Order: sequence, then structure tokens, then C-alpha cells
Amino acid sequence: MELIANLGIGLEAAFTPINLLYCLAGVFLGTLIGVLPGLGPVATIAMLLPATFALPPVSALIMLAGIYYGAQYGGSTTAILINLPGESSSVITALDGYAMARQGRAGAALSTAALGSFFAGTVATFLLAVFAPPLADIALKFGPAEYFSLMVLGLMASVVLAHGSLPKAIAMIVFGLLLGIVGTDVNSGTQRFTFEVPELADGINFVVVAMGMFGLGEVIKNLEDEHSRSVFVKSVTGLMPTREDFKRIVGPILRGTALGSALGILPGGGAMLSSFAAYSLEKKVAKDPSRFGKGAIEGVAGPESANNAGAQTSFIPMLTLGIPSNPVMALMIGAMIIQGIQPGPAVMTEQPALFWGIIVSMWIGNLFLIVLNLPLIGIWVRLLTIPYHVLFPGILVFCCIGVYSLNNSAFDVYMMAGFGLLGYVCAKLECEPAPMLLGFILGPMMEEYLRRAMTLSRGNPMVFIERPISAAMLALALIALLAVLSPAIRKKREEAFQEEE
Amino acid sequence: MQGLIRNPKDFWSGVMFTAVGLAFAWISQDYQFGSARRMGAGFFPMVLALILAALGAFITLRALFTEGEGIRGLALKGLLLVPIGCLIFAATVRGGGILLSVGLLVLVSAAASVHFKLRTAAIMMVVLAAFCALVFIIALGLPIPMVGPWFGN
Repeated sequence: MELIANLGIGLEAAFTPINLLYCLAGVFLGTLIGVLPGLGPVATIAMLLPATFALPPVSALIMLAGIYYGAQYGGSTTAILINLPGESSSVITALDGYAMARQGRAGAALSTAALGSFFAGTVATFLLAVFAPPLADIALKFGPAEYFSLMVLGLMASVVLAHGSLPKAIAMIVFGLLLGIVGTDVNSGTQRFTFEVPELADGINFVVVAMGMFGLGEVIKNLEDEHSRSVFVKSVTGLMPTREDFKRIVGPILRGTALGSALGILPGGGAMLSSFAAYSLEKKVAKDPSRFGKGAIEGVAGPESANNAGAQTSFIPMLTLGIPSNPVMALMIGAMIIQGIQPGPAVMTEQPALFWGIIVSMWIGNLFLIVLNLPLIGIWVRLLTIPYHVLFPGILVFCCIGVYSLNNSAFDVYMMAGFGLLGYVCAKLECEPAPMLLGFILGPMMEEYLRRAMTLSRGNPMVFIERPISAAMLALALIALLAVLSPAIRKKREEAFQEEE
Repeated sequence: MQGLIRNPKDFWSGVMFTAVGLAFAWISQDYQFGSARRMGAGFFPMVLALILAALGAFITLRALFTEGEGIRGLALKGLLLVPIGCLIFAATVRGGGILLSVGLLVLVSAAASVHFKLRTAAIMMVVLAAFCALVFIIALGLPIPMVGPWFGN
């Protein structure tokens, strides 16, 4: 049983007291920041990332994974309690979760979200352990042409599955790719787009981009409309779902887990698509669909399980192929590179303790979520009552200190301010920042693989079509693209994302 | 002009993409283009920049034939004060120290809110500056001065 032996390695790596502590700290901090309204997981991770730089790689990634789950759960908490989803994947939770809170059933909604997430997390972790090794084996046979095509597919799929205008999203990707190659060209040593600024010679730090676009940009956007939020729930009681609730949520949790696990692997989808899909599925199978939106517990259980399963399985392409499927994974890849690990299929064979340690710690992180969050719910509720105008200067302070401490460079903070402006402009023009971040991370890698593939083929671009795996991936990317352009699917896609508005 | 631009959000994003694409393409001219077999430093950026400019032009043109909402409600105060606060922080942190720079950042950015009151802002300045000094300098040991050389340290 190789699986058990592998999980054994992971247990050994993750179950050291110090790593357990980092995992716990990550989950706690992640929830703490994630609960603050207006901060999604991307901004949360970017903000807390500098705190992990000093740690050894295994601990750092375990802590980051913990932060991610914490931030996600924190987002669900705000969605349920004040109808203000911190991130797109908990938009759906707000529909029925907030309705439940208004009926005085916030406790049941919160614990349903926690239990559903825990179950989904357990299953998805197991899936990850089963499917990651064979996928990594295949990936090890990939040449540069395959990698290039895979990245094209990943970027295309992320556009197709995201919402909004297609040409704008593609343009944002290309913009990101261009920003990603700012800095010294590894092959020729040419300084590209650096304007002779020494700080740009190593390229733009991705934390600067993420923090500016997602942190600062968000803050400016929130300042547009400072309506007062009322926290409906002063104290949460009756945490345990009733026996009848349990009966109701078993089905949605199972279906949500299955759906989320499958969709999470797809690039671009991850947590958000999973929760949307799970909600519409629950609505379809329900005997009385009219209850949805008015506090149906199924509407909390399904999407919450699905988004956690999706969050978990989106680690599969990240860990095995080194391809991020969403902005959070892009940040994780950035963190790995900072730790000196080149993400890709080799990580599993060369650093088994790291690989399996992360997988095991995911499950531990999910466990901590339950242990930590249900008892601490009182604290989270109190955090929600902090008004935004008191909160946001604090957010800015953390962003600035975080970015400054990357290299002790004032220039990084200037650039973050610039990306903050860009983030706000993009938000106003309805250009999604997420594809840009993916492009930014993939930019240098794509150029490198393109170069190598073309050198190997002696400049013949047919290599991408002649190699079967590469051709298949490009074909898939094309099909995905054409599918969005076809009117029938386009309508469906718009419908699917409509509930967010 | 207003009558022609029927979808301002798309129109202006197209203009932005075209401008960025052309700027990148312009600069890429200085880098060696190379050939498909031996790509120079300019190959990838030039190709991408032209794709971006073309996409931008397409988006701009399309915006003349589709309907879309206008751009409304710019958060002008936030748009100015949030980045300015960050710039002030970056400019003062090394010379003035964390207490000064955090205080200034809080003061400037807090003024962006419609709920701004000098008293609350003053309390926030003190609390956040003290908190950051405690957490980042004393506990985490970041190499940022508490009170910088500007004050004769």
C-alpha cells in the first residue's frame, strides 16, 4: 500500500509539534483576517505571506494552507452573519445563510458550513493523495512543448470558467504575462522594461501585484459606498443543528463534495465555480425549490461543502504540474518559488516530506477549523462590528509593512500604490484582476518553455501540434474558447453567474 | 462623442489595453528580436504586446456597437488619499521610523472616509502605531527603526 506509506511520510512531517502549531496559527490568523469584511483569501494570503518567509519550507507552506482554509471559512462567516461575502465563493452562502441568520438560526448555519467543509475537506484530501502521484508521473514525461500548451489551456480555461467579458479577460491575461517578464531576461541578461531602475532588475514581486490589485484596489472600491452594515446577530446560540437539520444536510454535503472535487481540478474554477454549481444542483433536486433564498439549510450545506472540496482539489494541478488554477494557487506557487522550490512534478519525488506533509496538513487544517471556529465564534462576531472606516487604515498599514518588509524597499511600496490604482481602474472598467495574476505568475515560465520547445524543434512551430499530448491540450483550449462563443452556452454561462449580481 | 461611445466601460478598457500594448511594443523594439529558433529577449514581449494592442482595438471598436452601463461614482477621495498615504509611508519609514510613518499613513488614509473625525483618527494613529511597533519590531524583529535617523538617532 504505497498510499499508506506516503501518508505516513506526510504524517511524520506534519505531526511535529512545531508544524501543528504553525498550522493552527495559520488557520487562526486566516480566519481572523478573513472575517474582516472586504478582505478575500487572496488579499489575506498576500498580507500574511511575509510572516512565513523566515520559516522552513514545509512549515511555511503548511501555515499558508492553513491561512487559506481559515480565510475561506472567515468569508463564509461574514456571508452568513452580515450578508457581506468576503470572496466570490461565499456569495452563494450569503443567500440562504443570511436568511437563516435573520431567522435566528445563525448557529445552525455556521456549524453546517463547518461540518460540510470538514467532510468535503476530508474526502478531497484523500482524493488528492490518490490522484496526485499518477498525474505527477504523467507530468514528468512532459517536454517543453507540452508544458507550454498546458499553460495555454490553463489560462484559457480560467477565462472560460470565470465570469465577465471574454476578450477583456484574455487581454488581462496578456497584460499579466507582459508584467511577468519585466526584469532581467535569464537567457540574454537583457534588462527588459526596467527603465534602468535597479529595483526592477529582479522583476516585480508578485506580492506587490497581489496586494495592490486585491488589497488596495478593494479598499478604494469599498470607500465608494460606505453604507453602514448592521450586524444582525449579537450572539450566536444553538450551534448544533437539530436532528432534522442533519437529515437534510447529508445529501447536499455528499453531492456538494462530489461536484466540488471534480470542478476544483479544472483550471479557473476552483472554489467559486463549485459553489455556484452546487447551489443550482441543490435547487434542482429539492422537492420545494421555493424555499431557497429564504433560509434553506441545504443552500448552505451544498455550496459550502463544494467550495471547500474545490479549494482542496485545486491543489492537485498546483502540486503536480506547477500550474495555478486560481489566484490563490498562483500565490502558493509564488511562495514556493520564494522558498526555493520550483513547483512541478519533481516536487513529489524530490521532496516527499514537503509534498505529503502539505497534503496531511490540509486535513489537519480542516480539523482545526472545526475545533477553533465553533468555540471562537463569539470573537468573530465581535470583529464584525468594527466599522469599516476604523478598519481600513489598519488594513493599509498591514499591506504597507508587509510589502516593505519583503526587501526593505520603499520602491516596492510605491509600486503597490500604483497597482492599487490599477486595481481600482480595472474594477471600474469591469476587468477581472484574477486572470492577470495568473498570467503574471505564468509569464516567465511560458516564455522559457516556448523558447526551449522552439529551440528543440529548430524553430518549427508545428511541434505544438505534432506532439499528441500538446496537440490535445491546445485542441481542448480551442474547444473551450469556441464553446463560450457559441450562443447557447454563452447564455447558460451568463445565467450561472447571474445570481452573483 | 458621448453618442458614439455606447459602452464606456468596454471602450475605455480597450483604450487602456491598446495603450499598454503599444507602449510595451515600442520598448520591445530595443531588444533583440531573434528568430523563432533562437528567440531574442524581444520576441515574446513583442508578440504579446501586439496581441494586447490588437485585443484592445477590438474591444474598443466593439464598444461602439454594444450597449453598456456608464462609469459612475468614482471614489475620488479614496483614489487619491489611499495611494498617497502609502507613498508617504514608504518615503518616511526609513528616515522617520515606524511610529511616524504608520501614524501618517493612518491619518492620511482615514481622511478618505466620509466618517472621518479627527479625534477617532488620532486614537487610531496612536493605537496602530503602538501595535505595529510592538508586533513588527519588538516581537518579529523586522529591521525597521522605531524612531528613525531624522530625529537624531
